[in-house]
Parts: sequence; C-alpha cells; structure tokens
Amino acid sequence: MAKTPLQFSHNGRDVAIFVDGGTNLLVALRELIGDMTPKFGCGQGGCGTCSVLIDGELHLSCLTLAETIAGRSVETLDGIKDGPNLHPLQRAFADNFAAQCGYCTPGMLMAAKALLDRNPQPSRAEVVEAISGNICRCTGYEPIINAVLAAASGGRARA
Amino acid sequence: MTRHRGRGIASVNYPIGMNLGGDPSQALVHSNPSGKFTVALSSIDLGQGMKSVTRQICAETLGVPVEDVYVDTADSDTGPHCMGSFASRGTHRVGNAVMAAAREARGVMMEAAAEELEVNAADLETDGRGNIHVKGAPHRSISTKDVAIAAQFKQGKTISGRGIFLVPLSDVDPETGEMSPATCYAHACLVAEVEVDDETGEVDMVRMDSAYELGRALNPRLVEQQLVGGAWMGVSHALFETPEPYYPEPVHGPRDFVEYQMPGPGDICPHDIAVLERPAPDGPFGAKGPGEMCANPVLPAVANAIFNAVGVRIDDLPITPEKVLRAIRAQGGARPQPRR
Repeated sequence: MAKTPLQFSHNGRDVAIFVDGGTNLLVALRELIGDMTPKFGCGQGGCGTCSVLIDGELHLSCLTLAETIAGRSVETLDGIKDGPNLHPLQRAFADNFAAQCGYCTPGMLMAAKALLDRNPQPSRAEVVEAISGNICRCTGYEPIINAVLAAASGGRARA
Repeated sequence: MTRHRGRGIASVNYPIGMNLGGDPSQALVHSNPSGKFTVALSSIDLGQGMKSVTRQICAETLGVPVEDVYVDTADSDTGPHCMGSFASRGTHRVGNAVMAAAREARGVMMEAAAEELEVNAADLETDGRGNIHVKGAPHRSISTKDVAIAAQFKQGKTISGRGIFLVPLSDVDPETGEMSPATCYAHACLVAEVEVDDETGEVDMVRMDSAYELGRALNPRLVEQQLVGGAWMGVSHALFETPEPYYPEPVHGPRDFVEYQMPGPGDICPHDIAVLERPAPDGPFGAKGPGEMCANPVLPAVANAIFNAVGVRIDDLPITPEKVLRAIRAQGGARPQPRR
C-alpha cells in the first residue's frame, strides 16, 4: 500500500514524513521522528503515558491516526523545556519527588501542562480531574498532585 | 442505602532480605583519573531509589562529595553479582556491599595520598568536599583528583575496592524448625479508615495513619516517597487488582486497564506517616529500608476496617464490591461493629 506524505509541526519545527495508512501518532513520533518522550503503555487509551498536545489540546497519541494531524501542531514532552532550563512543571516534579519508575511521567507532565495552559491557578480537585486519565503505579498520585499545585503557585511549596 | 465507616489496624514485623541458600550481593568501586568514582552493581533500581542511596553510601564512606560518585547498575554483564531487587533487601544488602567496597577503595586512596604528601596514611582525613589533608593541618592538602592522577600515572596503583555482603544460609533445626531467616527486622503499624456502601458493596478509603520503623532513613524524602506510593500499591492489592478475577478460568481475566482495576488520582485519601529511626547494628549507617513493607500492612488493615464497618470478614483478595455485597446479603444486612 502506498505511503501517505504527512506534514505537521513537531514542537515548533516543521516535519515531513511518509506514513503507512493506519499508523498511529505514537508510532509516527517514536519510530519515524525519533521522539521517544511519548511512551507506549497499553496502546488502548487506558493509561495516558502517550499523551501529547495537538493544537494545545490533550490527546492520546496511541489512539490518534497520524494522518489526522496533517497541518496541525503537535507538542510532546521533548518540546516543553526552555533551552537548557527545565519547564516549571518538570522542576516541580523533581522537587516534589513526583516520579519513581518514571514511565507515567511524560503523560502526567503533558496532562498537567494542558491544565496549566488553560487554567494557571487550578484547585486540587481540578488537578485530580486533569490527570484522571493517567495511571501511576508507584507514587500514589499524591506527590504528582502536589507538584502540579507547586508549579501553579510559582514553585512555592504547598502544605 | 447507608454508608458505614469502619477502622482497621494491622502491624507488621518485617524481615529484611531473604534466606534460601544464603543472600549475597556484590559491589565494585573504582576511581577514574578525574577523581570521580564509579560503583559497579548489577542490582536494579525500579524507581525506589537504590541508585541514590548506594551513591550516598559510597560517597559517605569514601569521604567525597556525592556529586563525585556515579552508580552504574542494572547490567549483569558489567556489574558483579546481585541476588536482586526484592525482599526489601536493596538498601541493606547492596548498601553493605557498597560500603565494604568503598572502604577498601578509600584505603588505597589514603595510601596514595600519603605517598604524595610524604606522611603516614593514618594521619590523613577527608574533608568531604574532594580534598584529603593532614589531621589538624588543613593546608597540608591534596585533592582526590590529584591523588587519582598520581595513583594512575605515577604510582601505578588502582584506587579500587571489592565488596560483598553475605547473610549465610541459616539451617533449619530439625527438632524445632527454628531458623534465622533475617539479621534485622523493620516494623510498622497502619490504621485504615474506610467507608463501605451497603447497597453497592463499594469501599472508599477515607484516611490512613501509619508509623514505620525502618532503621536510619538514609534519604528521608525517598523513604517518604516510597511509603506514600507503596501504601497505594497495598490499597490496590486490597481492593482492586487481580489478574485472575474468575480463577481458574484465565480467559475471563482482564485484558486492559479498563478491566484491570487500579486506584486513580480521584481515589486517594490523606495518609499521615511517622518515620521512627532505630538504626540496625548490621545495616549500612544503620539502615534497614522500607521496601515491600510499605504495602504489606495496608491489606489486613483494610480488611479489618471493612469488618469494623459492616461486620463481614472477607479473606480473599481483592475485596471487590461483589464480594462485599454477597457477604452482606449472606449475613442478612450490614452489622456495624463497635467503633475502635
């Protein structure tokens, strides 16, 4: 089957690739572009670790057909840091011990970024809601919720 | 429909490590010409922080900054043998092996420094900031980097150390069955408070309070992190997770994260933790380590809390709404027990 040419913006950079019909965005990002930050967890939309932003909205890249993002803007964890400086959310995750094995972390960070981009001062309940599509097996979520709240309050620690 | 509150308690006396034929771990430490040190292990860090803790142990024993130590691990091709990351043995067994290796490497480092400073090695001390100097005379000093360079290029010495920590096989007394499976024990007590819905059988966690005695907490934030997260692994075992809900027919098992249930961020509750430190005589800097104990007491505490709430005793995990509801129906309704 003929491959489809596909152009889109990947973390602000225009990319052009050829994809097989039915290729999902996660595979396109990892195998064709080499951006390994979105992780493959379940491949069924159940775990959230493949989360990316498409035109600023949170999406599960494993359930997104690559062809549907033609001309759109995809943002992954690889693109959120500012040069050598960590994004405030990344800094807050490190300061609050919000990662253990780290496999859920890329998805958690993108879900948190989607939240803070539209709501810079979320309540605790709003943070819980925002990450409710993401499964974490190690942290018990508490440090992740605290990290997002800390990032929202400008890095100041919360009780 | 009524939601019943119940409180349950569980305590655990937890052996550190295992003993089925002896329980060894090994470590190798060597300096690089840059004055930095590499620890070679094959133990696995699953996220519990073993790389951080062994790095701290090595730096503290060598007397160098923690930034000067790199831990290379998780590869049995390049690291010496380790029994593995299980049985809550990492900090204790691997930590002790790293300590022994670092102690031997420190001995060579001090000899090499003594040769450069033309003094007796016994008169030298480290300052923990990357320098070695004569006791009481900080100006008679040499950096660990210069010692490493001198050892390698002038003296022909390798600043390195080998470490093994072995808890030997404990034989079973044929008369009494007595044995010593572990050399030290950690302890914990956890109180779980739950709310049980007698119409749906659903169990919600309300709060947890716990006290953990785990030797010296070498990295208190990592200990806290492990206890917070591990408790939810325990809740998950108690209330949610099973690969074989309809054992022995595996075809009915869960196929994805919709059917394989785990707590989500909306299911968590407050958890107050007190960490008590009673250093273990044979632990590295007194550490035992939290390990699996962070999950273990949660399961019986939750089961006891459910009994306290509605009077049903479920002894089969996980305690799903279906099991709770069937048990409540079998006894003719919820029977809340006296609140403790």
